[in-house]
Amino acid sequence: MDVSSVILLGVTVFAFAYAAYKRVDIVSAFCEGARENLKVAIDLLPTLCLLMLAVSMLRASGVLDWLTGILTPLAVKLGFPAECLPLAILRPISGSGAIALLEDALRQCGPDSFPGRVASTLCASSETTFYTVAVYFAAVKSKKPKAALISALAGDLAAFIFSAVTVRIMLG
Amino acid sequence: MGYLLCFLIFTAACYSVKAHTEALCAAAVTGCGESALKLVITLAGSMAVWGGILNLLEKSGAAKKLTKTMKPLICKIFKGIKKDGEAAEAISLNITANLLGLGNAATPLGLDAMKKIEAEERPGVRTSANLTLLAVINACSLQLIPTTVSAIRSALGSENPMEILPCVIIVSAISVTVAVLTAKALTHGR
Repeated sequence: MDVSSVILLGVTVFAFAYAAYKRVDIVSAFCEGARENLKVAIDLLPTLCLLMLAVSMLRASGVLDWLTGILTPLAVKLGFPAECLPLAILRPISGSGAIALLEDALRQCGPDSFPGRVASTLCASSETTFYTVAVYFAAVKSKKPKAALISALAGDLAAFIFSAVTVRIMLG
Repeated sequence: MGYLLCFLIFTAACYSVKAHTEALCAAAVTGCGESALKLVITLAGSMAVWGGILNLLEKSGAAKKLTKTMKPLICKIFKGIKKDGEAAEAISLNITANLLGLGNAATPLGLDAMKKIEAEERPGVRTSANLTLLAVINACSLQLIPTTVSAIRSALGSENPMEILPCVIIVSAISVTVAVLTAKALTHGR
């Protein structure tokens, strides 16, 4: 039995069953949510075009391979796949940039390979740190984001180290 | 960001001429739009399905129940916050939205919570520590189900796009814990 599939099916069945029990108009509620997320995805396209341009040029020219080659000794010491290092560096800085690099890493190594799984885990368990901290502190009078930034980056570093460790333990 | 991209594109173009990969690099320029569009189409489909399912959870009140169960925990983490105050309510809503992956809803709720924490400021309460904590929690990923990443995985032919789910939950928990403890240590006494 596959745990993640069971969780996924459980959430889906629960959402529908509970909505039916509460007499929610399932069709219109589902479509409303779907429409909203569809807009989010479409709005992503212009930025993604720009970042994919940069990433595919870096990939095709050989710069990414060259960079991976340089970073390999360091990555090996940390037990981290070198293919994921550019992603780990970009993740806290740019959300769409991370999507573009994740796509590239999964295409190069395969989504079910060790680097592919680490890249996926890392991407899904961290956020666009700089952007988030900036937006949150822009909303208030107290402008002291330094402690928040340092702590959030410490969290990112933990995500970076433990994504490789956890994938190795859980998925072999 | 603009200058960084300019630098990256310049580097790639120069390197390709030096490494004789200029044909490949030029093909990347013309081809990247198509890959971006393909990616967005797969993303859009599965994100729409998730949006639908999550909206069912919201409309049926299941999300609200989750908010209620979160509140005691939130009052423990955010020291000195009023138990039935507006700030505690706003923080609970923000964290629930994050857990469910309602990114669009989470940000306005979070900004609202920041303002309410500041408005509740009174002597003896470490407002600046609480503001730091909320920003830090939002800068970590709390999302329980990695919808976007699994959509990209399935677009690239993964046999089990969701197999990373247990890893994601464990790594997220570790990273949030590290971030919150660091924030607590840094804002100690403030």
